[in-house]
Parts: sequence; structure tokens; C-alpha cells
Amino acid sequence: MLRERIQASNYSFLDKIKSIDYLLILLIIAIGSISVFAIYSTEGGKFSFYTKNHIIRLSVFFSLFLVLSFVRVSTWYKNAYLFYFVGLVLLVTVLFFGISASGATRWINLYFLNLQPSELMKIAVIICFARYYHRIQSSDIQSIKFLIQPIILLIIPCYLVVQQPDLGTSILIAGSGIAIIWLAGLNIKYFVYSGLLLLVSLPFAISILKPYQKSRILTFFNPDRDPLGAGYQIIQSKIAIGSGGFFGKGYLKGTQSYLEFLPEKHTDFIFTLFSEEFGFLGSIILLFLYILLIYRIINVGLVSRSFFAKLYCFGFATAIFLYVFVNIAMVLGMLPIVGAPLPIMSYGGSSLLSIMLGLSIVMSCKIYNQEQISVY
Amino acid sequence: MLNRGRNIEKGRVITRRMFILAAAKILLFAGISSRLYNLQISDREKYEILSDKNRIREWKTPPQRGIIVDNFNKVLASNDRVFQLHLILDEISDFDVTIFKIKNIIGLDNFQVQKLYRKKERLKPWDTLVVSDNLTWEQFSKINLYLHELEGAKPVLSTSRFYPYANDLVHIVGYVGDASPKDLEKPEIKENFVPGLKVGKYGIENSQEKMLIGNYGIKRYEVNASGKRISQIDYIKERQGNKVNLTIDIEIQKFAQELLKGKAGSICAMDIYTGEVIAMASSPTYDPNKFTHGINQKDWQEIRNNPLKPLINKSIAGLYSPGSTFKPLVALAALEYGILDPNKTIRCKGHKHPYELYGVKYHCWKKEGHGYMKLRNAIKQSCDIYFYEMARLLGVDKLSIIAKRYGLGTNVLGETYKDEKNGLVPDTKWKRRALEQSWYLGETVINGIGQGYIQTTPLQLCLMTAQIANGGYKIKPHIIKDESINYKGVINKIKLDQSNYPLHERNYLDDINVEYYQRMYHKKSNINFVLDAMFGSTNEQYGTSYKSRYDNPKYQFAGKTGTSQVRRITDLDRELDLDTEQIEYKKRDHALYVAFAPYKDPRYAISVIIEHGGSGSKAAAPLASKLIKRIIDRHKLREQFNNGNTSLA
Repeated sequence: MLRERIQASNYSFLDKIKSIDYLLILLIIAIGSISVFAIYSTEGGKFSFYTKNHIIRLSVFFSLFLVLSFVRVSTWYKNAYLFYFVGLVLLVTVLFFGISASGATRWINLYFLNLQPSELMKIAVIICFARYYHRIQSSDIQSIKFLIQPIILLIIPCYLVVQQPDLGTSILIAGSGIAIIWLAGLNIKYFVYSGLLLLVSLPFAISILKPYQKSRILTFFNPDRDPLGAGYQIIQSKIAIGSGGFFGKGYLKGTQSYLEFLPEKHTDFIFTLFSEEFGFLGSIILLFLYILLIYRIINVGLVSRSFFAKLYCFGFATAIFLYVFVNIAMVLGMLPIVGAPLPIMSYGGSSLLSIMLGLSIVMSCKIYNQEQISVY
Repeated sequence: MLNRGRNIEKGRVITRRMFILAAAKILLFAGISSRLYNLQISDREKYEILSDKNRIREWKTPPQRGIIVDNFNKVLASNDRVFQLHLILDEISDFDVTIFKIKNIIGLDNFQVQKLYRKKERLKPWDTLVVSDNLTWEQFSKINLYLHELEGAKPVLSTSRFYPYANDLVHIVGYVGDASPKDLEKPEIKENFVPGLKVGKYGIENSQEKMLIGNYGIKRYEVNASGKRISQIDYIKERQGNKVNLTIDIEIQKFAQELLKGKAGSICAMDIYTGEVIAMASSPTYDPNKFTHGINQKDWQEIRNNPLKPLINKSIAGLYSPGSTFKPLVALAALEYGILDPNKTIRCKGHKHPYELYGVKYHCWKKEGHGYMKLRNAIKQSCDIYFYEMARLLGVDKLSIIAKRYGLGTNVLGETYKDEKNGLVPDTKWKRRALEQSWYLGETVINGIGQGYIQTTPLQLCLMTAQIANGGYKIKPHIIKDESINYKGVINKIKLDQSNYPLHERNYLDDINVEYYQRMYHKKSNINFVLDAMFGSTNEQYGTSYKSRYDNPKYQFAGKTGTSQVRRITDLDRELDLDTEQIEYKKRDHALYVAFAPYKDPRYAISVIIEHGGSGSKAAAPLASKLIKRIIDRHKLREQFNNGNTSLA
């Protein structure tokens, strides 16, 4: 064991370069480029604010990703709780000093960037849980004692995020946390029971929702309820996507977005714009790129030795899947509208930062995949 | 080892769970793909239509209304250039400010501003608000001067209805105005309506809406989500409404209208062969141009409260007892049924010895009496006593058959005018049905001099005269040129029939339907007798309209006067024997006159009614005489024009 650790620490630079997952990098570059074109299109084919900012952010965060990829997995492991704690502190800070926009207080002004801590929390929860379950023996996993801790660790940030209010991100945080608990091997019966409990408490849960959240959910079930109000986004999004057809309306020719029928087209509804202009074919290709990305992340987990790396990669892959699925299902009218950006594609610094950060940890798992991490 | 084994077990669990998750992911992604397939491939068309509906918005452009012309293609209703001010609502950021500025520039009063606010509420946010549809040149140039300060304001050169002959034609042509909700229910308006379009409210404008309205144009624009126009995609040009060609001769119409000036009444003139209405004047009248942009309250009250009722088209909606103008028809009916020999002599002994029936006295109009009368003289001098007796012998039912056949009791122009009245030709059946009473012989007697229940419109009297004058042939009266009628052919046909005097197979004494341009008489000699008697009435001494005659055979006409009572004449009245001027206006008799001209080879029939004008011979016949001269003077021109020589116009 000692030898292995020495081995790991002695990776030559060439070895590191060799073990980089180039396909993963290629996928990131591909989706990143598509996102630049898509955001360029949201501005009506003009090279201005959003496009410029997005390119700058992409390049900065991509460089950051490359640099952080060489941080050792064990370093991430050691600092996992710290990461979580910092995230929590930031969330509390938002509660008191956050800046508001459109009725929600989600951001901290960092001057060069309005940081959205809830986005960072998505990654923090995964890394924290990966560390937590890394050290727990499989025999202890089922015990209540070891189950209570992660649940508390999950409830605190979720609660803080709901307070902002940001139901979507909160659900995504909870989703990735639960995914890791599942991966760690918690008995299926717990999931079944809690699922049933959730179903039973649903009417109660709905009653404490904010009016706008309620209206979003009601609108989801019947978008024509209020076609110019709450149902507007979903109706227009479906029209845009549907009218794209097989080949799409062509780049920069999406009338729905060009004529400003689409809301939030550079953030949550970027897929709608893409789908309108590139049609079924383009959408499936983009979806395929995401599937490949998820596959490559899972693959890193499979070749990693440590549970931490495995749990993290599988967890992060699931998280990416959740983001993609929730976002696309939302714009397709399959899920209620909740604020959920499409990874890499959507304009937004914090989301991009957290995804790149998450990916860099994946890459470090890949580079140091032989590294064994001590349980203690 | 144990630890290692556990670790292996833990790794296995993680991997297994990962694969379960991966399977779930694949399933969910498959769900997304199938949803995409549904939206983009299965339902593509539906969403494409929705997308186009989103991005393409249509603006309808108003069509020009069809023009209305007279027989000589003189324009009676045109589309004049007007200056308008429109507001494009979606280009205005603050409506209040814009309206305030406009108010000051063109000088609107508060009431008008309120009206604009109300109008705006009914419009969609991207619609156009018509602030004023008829600006003066000063207002228009002022608006153009301040245009840079006025958001969304658009000075527009548009067209609006203009009636060059204004008062002279309003009852025929009618007028236009803003469409009411009820107007919008009519299919021809509903299909072609554009906000702001004026629609026919009255007369030809109203009844010929389908011809006149035209088709709107469509401008298709690509718009963005807030409705702003981005680019024009398509422009389907509007189509102007069709021309409506009237049979009216505006010169004669104008003249007739002038003859009626200061009086209440009607003048109608008709071609006795073709049935074309040459003139149809009604007085008093009003200016239809005032209605185009909404009439103001003061003018409206003035028209409405006028006791002479200018709003009523007296030629077709005014109901009068025909009085003695009915007598030629009564005589014709009596002759046709062989009720009496025209040589039968009846003595009219004046007011001292009136006609008596069952103890009721019936007076002749002439105080001194006419003395011994034969039928021709009775018509010529309009002796009531003769007609009392003749009507009694004839009976009301037979009279009503003939009266109806010659055009009384049904509206003349069919669907052309919605306000046209049917009038009433009474008979025993009618009285039993309508009043649930049986007929009294006394009613027959007064019916014989055109009093009692009988009610006719001036145009009906004109038609009656025309159909006697043309030798007893049924014609098709109309005021809108009928392309399906070959006028020359019609005239030749009737004239040929007249001279051939063919045998009749049908029993014209029954209540039968007669086709257009077919004879209606039983015996031609009866018609000729009546025509000759009417000639006597005008052109022989003691004839009631002898003073209005022309000796020149070119203008020579034959006619029949009528004086229709508007109330019962009491014995006191008879004793007083006041002049018309001495009687209160409302109680004066209506003066009537019917005539046809020229006597040799007649061509035109006219009817004149002067409400409360007194006697027909004094008030109505002189007007008829003047009009006849005018009509005959223009006959040649009309004939040439109608035969295709349009250059003379």
C-alpha cells in the first residue's frame, strides 16, 4: 500500500500527459464551441455582450479546468469537507448579503463575476458525499447512524437554496446527493419508502410552495391555462422546437428566438434555440455529445482504484445527466419550468465554473487513477 | 483480507448501482428523444403553423368603395381625397402624452378626446387608431409640422365618400357611416370589413353593399414578440368595389328636386317601356356628406325634428290616398269587367243633392256639380258622383284585382330599398283578415275616388300610370341599370304587340299573374278609352289640368289630377269652402298629379305629390308640366346614350 502511494506520487509529467482523457477534452471543446455559436445566435447574429462574455468565461474556465486537472485526487479528497463548508458559508452569505434579481436572491457580487454559490454547492455535495462514503465500510452503510449524517449534510444546503428561492437548483443538489447515497449501496427499501413518503406528503409540500412555483407546476400540467402568462414560456418553447422540424430552420434563422418570442433564450432556453435552428438532427447530435460526455466520466470512474474517485465520477456523471435531462425535459414541456441551466451551453458564469471544476476533478481522477486513498 | 474482501464487495456494489443508474439514464434520454421526435417530426406541421402565426401578422388595408353613377355615367357618389391622422398604437410609449399634444395641435375638445380613449379600448395593442378621418388642410399641415414630436402619429392621405349632388340624391343613393355591430353581422360586410371602413347606412349604399364594398387588401408583416413590424412579406392589393349604375338622370333629378324646393312631397318619373326610374325626388332633403364622418348632434336634431320629415323617402315610403289619380284605373276596371257602358249618363247635382247610399251622403268635390256626365267627361272633369256609382256597380274585389295588376299594393323596386312600403289595396278578404270586419258598400264608394283604406306610394302611382300609358303592359321598374334587359328589344316587343292586337287566350278578368312585358288588359279599346279621357283632362277645356297643357305635340301630355283628403270633410267645411291658404297646414289636402308624355307615342310617366299642397290641378299639375318638358328635351340624348352612343355624355 505504501509502495503504491509512492508510485502514485511519482507520476512523471509525461505519464500524466499520456493519461489525460483526450476524448473528454474534445467533448468539452465541442460542446463549448456549439454553445458559442448558439449564444451568438441569441444575439441575432451580432458579436456583442453575451457572446464576448461567454467566450471569455469559456476560455478562462477551460484553462482553469486544465490546470486543476493536475491537482492530485488525494488533495481533493482531503479538502472535500472544507469545500463543502466553504460552499455552505457562501450560501449563508447569500442569505444576508446576496444581490437580488427578478425576485430571487442567489448571487454574491465578486466584482468580476456574480457568483451563484448554489451552483458550486452542486459539486461540493458530490465531493463531500464521495469522501463520506469512501471511508464507510459496506457493513455500516445500512445503519441509521451513518445515514443520518449525509441526510443532514444534504438538507442544510437544500434548505438554504430553497430560501433564495431556487427550487430547481435545490432539487438538483438533492438529486446528486441521493445519487451518491444510492451508489454507496444503501438498501433499496429506503429509497422506496422515502419515495412513498414524498408522494404522500406531496399535497402538503405543494401548499407551502410559493405562488409562482405553484403556478409553474399548474402550468406544466396545462400550459394553455394562462398562455400569455405562466404558460407563455413553455408554449413558445414547444412552438420553437416543433417548428424546427428535422433539419431545423437554419443557423441564425430561428424566427421564434430572432423575433423575441423565446424567453431566457441564452440561459435556460438555449436548447430551444439550438433545436429550432438545427432541428431534430442537431438536437440528437447534441444529446449524443452529452451522452458521450457522461460515458467518458463514468469510464474514468470505472478505471479508478479509489472509492472516492469512483463515487465522485459516477455521482458527477449522474449530476450532469440530471442537469441535462431536467433542462431539456423542461424546455420540451415534460417537466415544470424550474431554473436549471444546460451544462456548458447555457450562458452563466457560476454554472460554467462549477461544471468545469467538477470536470477537472474527474480529469484528476483519470490522471491519478492508480492513486489509492487512505481511509483515514 | 477481510478488509480487502469487504472492499471488493463495496466496489462491486458501486459498479452495479452505477450500471442500474446508467440504464435509467439511457431510458430517460430515450424518453427525451421520443419527445423530440414527437414535436419535431410528428407534430411539425402544427408547430410550424403556430410559429408562422406568431411571427406573421396581417394588416388589412381598406378597399375603395365602388362609385355610383347615373344613367349618363355622371358620378353621384365618389371617393374624395381626405386628410386623416392615424396613431400606430404600438409605437407610442405614453398614450396620454401623445393625445395631449395632438389635442393641442388640431384642437380637439374634451368630448372628442374621451371618445378617442373609448375607441382605443376596443382596439388591439398593435392596431391603428384613427384620430380624425377628416382633417382640414390647416390641421393636416400643422400635424406635419409637429410630426417629429408625435410618437406613432401618421398623417394619411385617404379617401372618403363624397356626394357631389348632396341633397338632390340622398334619398336614392343614401349615405355611409361607421359600421354598427348590427352591420357587422351582415355577411357581405363581415367578410370584407376593415376597422374604420365606412359602410352603407341607407339607400343604394346600404342595399348594394355587396357590390360597392370591394375586397380588402392584406399586408403581411413579420413581427416580433412585442408586435413590432420587422419586414413586409406580402401585399395583396385591395380591390375597389364595383360601380353601381343607376337609371337616374341627374339633370332631371336635380330639376325635380328644385321643383319641390320649399315643399314636402315627391316627384317620380319612369320610362313606361323599360321601367327605368328617371327621377325620384323627395322633399325636404338633407346633406348625406354630413353623415360620412359622423353627423354632429345639432345637424342631426335639425333633420330629425323637421316636421316635414326629410328622413323619409316620400317617393317609396310615403303613403298617400291616391285620390282622383286613381280614377283612370277605376274606369278601366269598370270597362274591362263590362260593368257599364261609357255612354251611361249620370247627373252630378252638386252639394245640395249629393250621392246617397243607405242614408249616407257622398259629395262631389265641385260645389255646383258637373251636371250630366258620361264616363269620358267624368274622368276629364274628375266627377266624384260618377265614380261613386261606378264603384258601387263594380265592387271592391274586382277593382282590387285590376289595381294590384297595375302596380298598386306591392313595393315597386323590390329589394333595392329596405324602407319601401307596400301600400294597401283593400278588398273584402283583406278587411276580414286584417280588421276582422265585413266590408261596407260605402267603403267601396269612397274607394272609387281613391279615398278610404287605399294607400299608395308616389312611385306606385307612377308605375300605374306608366303601365296604362304603355298600352297595358307589365314592366319591370328598376333604378339600378339591369344589364339583362335589352331595352331596345323590350320597346320593340311591346310596340309590336300593341299594333298587332293579338287574340288573348287567358282570361284577364281573373286574378292572374302576368309576366313582364306581357299585356295585362282584357280589351285594348278600354285602355285606349282611358288614355283618351286623360288626354281630355289635360288638353280640353274644363279638363282639370287644362292650364298646365302644352299645345306643341312634342310636349303634349295627358294626366289626371288628384286631391287627397287627409281628414274627413264636414258639412261645416263645405259651408266655409276655404281656400287652401286659409286652412291650417296639417289639414290641407295633398295635391297629386299623374301624367304620361308625349301623348302621341308616349314614353314617360310621372307622378307628383305635394303634401298639403291643396288641389292637384293648382299645386301638382304645373310642376308636372315643367318636368315633362325637361324630360322630353333630354329624351333624344338619353336614347342615343342608351343605344351605345356614349360620346354624347
